[in-house]
Amino acid sequence: MATPLKRVRGLGAAHGGTETFWRQRLTALANIPLVIFLILSIVSHIGADYGTVKAYFGQPVVAVLMLALVISVSIHMRIGLKEIIEDYVHGEGAKVVALVLATFFALGLGLASTLAILKISLGT
Amino acid sequence: MGKAKLGAERPLSPHLQIYRPMLTMMMSIAHRISGAANAAGFVLLAWWLVAIAAGPEAYAQVANFFASIPGRLLLFLFSWSLIHHMLGGLRHLIWDTGTGLDKTSIEVFAWLTIISSTVLTILLWVAGYALMGSQ
Repeated sequence: MATPLKRVRGLGAAHGGTETFWRQRLTALANIPLVIFLILSIVSHIGADYGTVKAYFGQPVVAVLMLALVISVSIHMRIGLKEIIEDYVHGEGAKVVALVLATFFALGLGLASTLAILKISLGT
Repeated sequence: MGKAKLGAERPLSPHLQIYRPMLTMMMSIAHRISGAANAAGFVLLAWWLVAIAAGPEAYAQVANFFASIPGRLLLFLFSWSLIHHMLGGLRHLIWDTGTGLDKTSIEVFAWLTIISSTVLTILLWVAGYALMGSQ
């Protein structure tokens, strides 16, 4: 029998405490304004020519918000995908493979998007 | 390593197929599905960003797809999924404070999520179209 205090000291079964829970909530909160910004950014540029889109990302505010979105979303995505896999993939081997792939997916999307935003906004 | 013998025939507790589908149950499932859909949808964003970084030729391909009817439909569904997940998440943030967990509230939250996610998505598209060309 573990008392609540004992659980807190040992930080629970995963020894991570409420860190993941908290990080998921924090990124969720950040994602609210950022996702609204993202939808407006994409929709308002449907059919826009290259120069317009490039100029849009040339604005520092746009680049910073987009970077914030990509980072926050990647973290939130990884936590969510992990949660889904842990709930539904039961084979030990398959679970590990799925978790690795989910991490690579979130990290890959995040890095590719980050590099792209930096390249557009720094203009090379 | 006390591994449970997984092959043993044990009675299972009642699962999804036993219960009559309820709105709150459907919304819980929808929250997960929209979350997974959002992850897939972010491939569209990465494609858009990488193409803009790559140059005019690569951008033209994405731009043509985004402007096509299937492209716009996909973007609309993506944005709806994002907003649906956002409002569903907002509901969770309220629940995290320990409030809104009574039967009436969860029903109201479920309906609010469905209605306002649709309305908000349409409003964002209207706003996005209005912003076109103005940067």
